[in-house]
Amino acid sequence: MVEYRPERKYTGERIFMLEQWADLAAGALADAGLKASDVNGLVCANIRESDQFVPSTVAEYLGWRVNFAERVDLGGATPVGMVWRAAAAIELGLCDVVVCAAPSRPTPSLPPGQPRAWTPFGASSNIMGSPQAEFDIPYGNIAQNCGYAMIANRYASEYGYDPRATAKIAADQRTNACANPDAVFFGQPITIEDVLASKMVADPLHVLEIVMPCAGGAAVVVASKEVARRCRKRPVYVTGFGEHLMHKTPTYSPDLLHTPIGPAAEQAFGMSGIKRSDVDAVQLYDCYTITVLMSIEDSGFCAKGEGMSFVASQDLTFAGDFPVNTHGGQLGFGQPGLAGGFTQVTEAVRQVRGEAGDHQVPGCEVVYCSGTGGIMSEQTALIVQGG
Amino acid sequence: MAATDGKPRPAPIPTTKPFWDSLNEDKVRLQHCAECGAWVYYPRRRCPSCLSAALEWREVSGRGHIYSWTVGRQATHPAFAEDVPQFLAVVELAEGVRMTTTIVDAEEGDLVVGRAVEPVFEHGADGMTLLHFRPSA
Repeated sequence: MVEYRPERKYTGERIFMLEQWADLAAGALADAGLKASDVNGLVCANIRESDQFVPSTVAEYLGWRVNFAERVDLGGATPVGMVWRAAAAIELGLCDVVVCAAPSRPTPSLPPGQPRAWTPFGASSNIMGSPQAEFDIPYGNIAQNCGYAMIANRYASEYGYDPRATAKIAADQRTNACANPDAVFFGQPITIEDVLASKMVADPLHVLEIVMPCAGGAAVVVASKEVARRCRKRPVYVTGFGEHLMHKTPTYSPDLLHTPIGPAAEQAFGMSGIKRSDVDAVQLYDCYTITVLMSIEDSGFCAKGEGMSFVASQDLTFAGDFPVNTHGGQLGFGQPGLAGGFTQVTEAVRQVRGEAGDHQVPGCEVVYCSGTGGIMSEQTALIVQGG
Repeated sequence: MAATDGKPRPAPIPTTKPFWDSLNEDKVRLQHCAECGAWVYYPRRRCPSCLSAALEWREVSGRGHIYSWTVGRQATHPAFAEDVPQFLAVVELAEGVRMTTTIVDAEEGDLVVGRAVEPVFEHGADGMTLLHFRPSA
């Protein structure tokens, strides 16, 4: 695997996403000790240069002939979704070396007349015929903050809300970031009081409970057991995974309080045969603190409705009794666009390989990861273990 | 009639037009599935409970309660800058369907899960009517 150090202000050379794909793929293969000619599968997401035929465009650009090519469209749940798709394809015997990548550095600015990379509608589609365009956007229900805030307020009405507990998630993760020189918030510790005193963006979410967007990118190689054994790094085995989707906009969710990670986690743990108590660290997609809280509950690490007291009573740092987002999470490490969800996967790999340096969890063998896309719309679960 | 101020506006399609037409008459109509009895919102070609195409339009009271809410303190889109703080909500109608909306004629303290609300029809200069809600007795 390879991961660019996240940067809040990217000042390096601006190259196109296909070019970033090439650099990331080369880096991930070098780390694994594999050659370009070993690759027979790829999993991509969106790229700036094309909105269609992305897998074949990537294959052609990299000179690969592949038996398996996927484009994953699950927002923040994409990286975990990429890894399990690659693992499933390998398990089916379709291929044995799959590269998954998410380039997320700024691309060169394009001349006038070229399609824009950014729209003010965020993850909502304002194209005619889209339910979001017709029934959500006209009311100002746009982008992520307010959707997650409404989930948090509904949670509060059902189970109660302890602002200090959600603030503690941000503070503990920041402690982890302060033990990780690659984190964008390295050297900047915060307290629960700092979080509660930070600007309210959408009640009850404070700005320090919301991810920090930055530039970055990551790639991982998923290979068969046979190939992995001859790689230069300790293999990290995918032993369970799951995925569940139920809405685009939370307004139309059948059940806002039981998030899609529930069934995804159940499937992942069932597949791996691992118990929750066997897990040494969890890397939970953390676009917002409420996402972490509900992912802890719905993944089965505590009873439903008890997440606030669980979080308040546990030490969530890498040195603690329930290590969460040991790299700092996207809240502390940074959210490099679509590669944000990769930070949970790369950190899991680093922990199992024993490469996490100052934020290493001693004897870390079993890691649970989650991915979250949209507004708690789609979630993915992954269990990885040392050999 | 309210000016639309360059805000993104709904563009009805044939399937959804009866809903928007009813708002223009200060009425709320929902689809009801003749096959399984489900109420449907937003309007669809087929029932999301059973995929039946036997959907009939029925007028409802439009009354409901706040299912959840937030106060947007940063504009969610540049066109909504003058609406900050935005009282964004999901309202659940008596029939059980949920709608994205905003709460009007209200104080921040009125934003409480379970608060009873009634419809407010905001007729725009472009001929479209948005369905907002306000606290009711």
